Amino acid sequence: MSIVAARQLENGQVCFVGIGLPSEAANLARLSHAPDVVLIYESGTIGTRPDVLPLSIGDGELAERADLVVSVPEVFSYWLQAGRVDVGFLSAAQIDRFGNLNSTVIGPYDRPRVRLPGAGGAPEIASSAGEVIVMLRQSPRTFVDSVDFVSSVGFGRNGDGRDGHRGGGPTVVITDLGVLRPDPETHQLELVAVHPGIEVDSVVAATGWDLRVAADLGTVDRPTQEELTILRDLKERTSLAHNSHR
Amino acid sequence: MAEFTSLRAAIDDLVPDGSVVAMEGFTHLIPAAAGHEVIRQHKRDLTLVRMTPDVIYDQIIGAGCASKLVFSWGGNPGVGSLHRLRDAVENGYPSPLQIEEHSHAGMATRYAAGAAGLPFGILRGYLGTDLVDHTTVATIRSPFDGDEVSAVRALNPDVAVIHAQQADRRGNVGMWGITGVQREVALASGKVVVTVEEVVDELDLRGPNGAVLPSWTVDAIAEVPRGSHPSYSMGYSERDNSFYTRWDAISRDRDTFAKWIDAYVTGPDDFSTYLAAVDDGSVTSMVDDD
Repeated sequence: MSIVAARQLENGQVCFVGIGLPSEAANLARLSHAPDVVLIYESGTIGTRPDVLPLSIGDGELAERADLVVSVPEVFSYWLQAGRVDVGFLSAAQIDRFGNLNSTVIGPYDRPRVRLPGAGGAPEIASSAGEVIVMLRQSPRTFVDSVDFVSSVGFGRNGDGRDGHRGGGPTVVITDLGVLRPDPETHQLELVAVHPGIEVDSVVAATGWDLRVAADLGTVDRPTQEELTILRDLKERTSLAHNSHR
Repeated sequence: MAEFTSLRAAIDDLVPDGSVVAMEGFTHLIPAAAGHEVIRQHKRDLTLVRMTPDVIYDQIIGAGCASKLVFSWGGNPGVGSLHRLRDAVENGYPSPLQIEEHSHAGMATRYAAGAAGLPFGILRGYLGTDLVDHTTVATIRSPFDGDEVSAVRALNPDVAVIHAQQADRRGNVGMWGITGVQREVALASGKVVVTVEEVVDELDLRGPNGAVLPSWTVDAIAEVPRGSHPSYSMGYSERDNSFYTRWDAISRDRDTFAKWIDAYVTGPDDFSTYLAAVDDGSVTSMVDDD
């Protein structure tokens, strides 16, 4: 997933990055085809080049290897909301056909079955970044007909909700099964490619709505040896750094 | 002017039961020792404010000190849920916890407005989200060109509690690295408690984004070396990522959590027992076997 996501980034783009898979993907891009990609984490670290993947959004590694570090109010106001971010990476617990994301609750808000961490920086990333790349694993629990809570807007509950947003919304959703993109007219997510060895039927079955499949459905290119090597090295360095006892 | 005092006296004096307390630190410079002291003094009915309630708020909530939480992201960064926070919200254990939820940008704007003495702050945010129906946010129009933006109410906690790298002998507080909303929360709050790694003759800001809170904006300073553990203080300590990972198992079970709090927080007289247990590895030994 992170290799496919990394390929979406172009050299020189400014990316607002969250922790986990997005961070892995953005750093993989930086270490391979996009050395001049600018990574911004919401802790206020701008232009950072971590040697290992951070566990948290504010690991010291990010501050030490940044071009500049700013306060949190500043990173959201001067940098994100002002439109200086080309690409935002987001994940969530649930997504619907219009790319709306839920990271707040499963079940009713006032009596949640599962209380999730909450929206954090995501609502304004979804609103203000030039485009949004979404990454999450695909199953009927995550790809739902209706999200329990809209934490971050894709194209709105009815598919027409980008009015007033500075950014363009989701352009691609990358899952462990394939790649989806919103139809330019209807804004409904459509399956445009599957990973090698994945059957279309299994993607449809893992989706909680009637998933449309592109007429010219493609297959995702297999990871190259170089991509795999860079990712493996990065993960090894990270694992060593985070599991060392004091 | 800032007064140098013990952490115990500062929390006793400036964090009364029922107060609105913001213990900030965006991953970095989290006032963990002060959080332990709040639990040790059995504070009750606190409204806790914090953008990213992490392990310390999980501990304070699990210990039953809080009745309300104002926040924007409540998780264990890179690890998963805060189990004590979830237990309070989902099951009302150990006591019900009212929540008021925002986005990060919203909270940051609220603090900045509070620091500026304004009634509200504005941002491009919340638009189209269900947060609008569950929190305090309004849409206003620019009086100059009609552009629509969101307005959020200023946040002015009763007391801010933060950790910083240094204070000089006159009580000026210095910090650097990821400073999050440290300056904003201090300037927005009625009282300010700061724990520092070290008291120095002259502030020596040794990293990016250096900031100073002058002595006359601070009420109490306590020197607590490593007082941010398991968070970190750039230039003094590193983030203890393995503690965060292991906290998941400690906090998952009510009884294990209660034993842990008793052993490392409420049992001991101060933070030093906990730090000694960090150093010899026993602080997470309750769950190390899995």
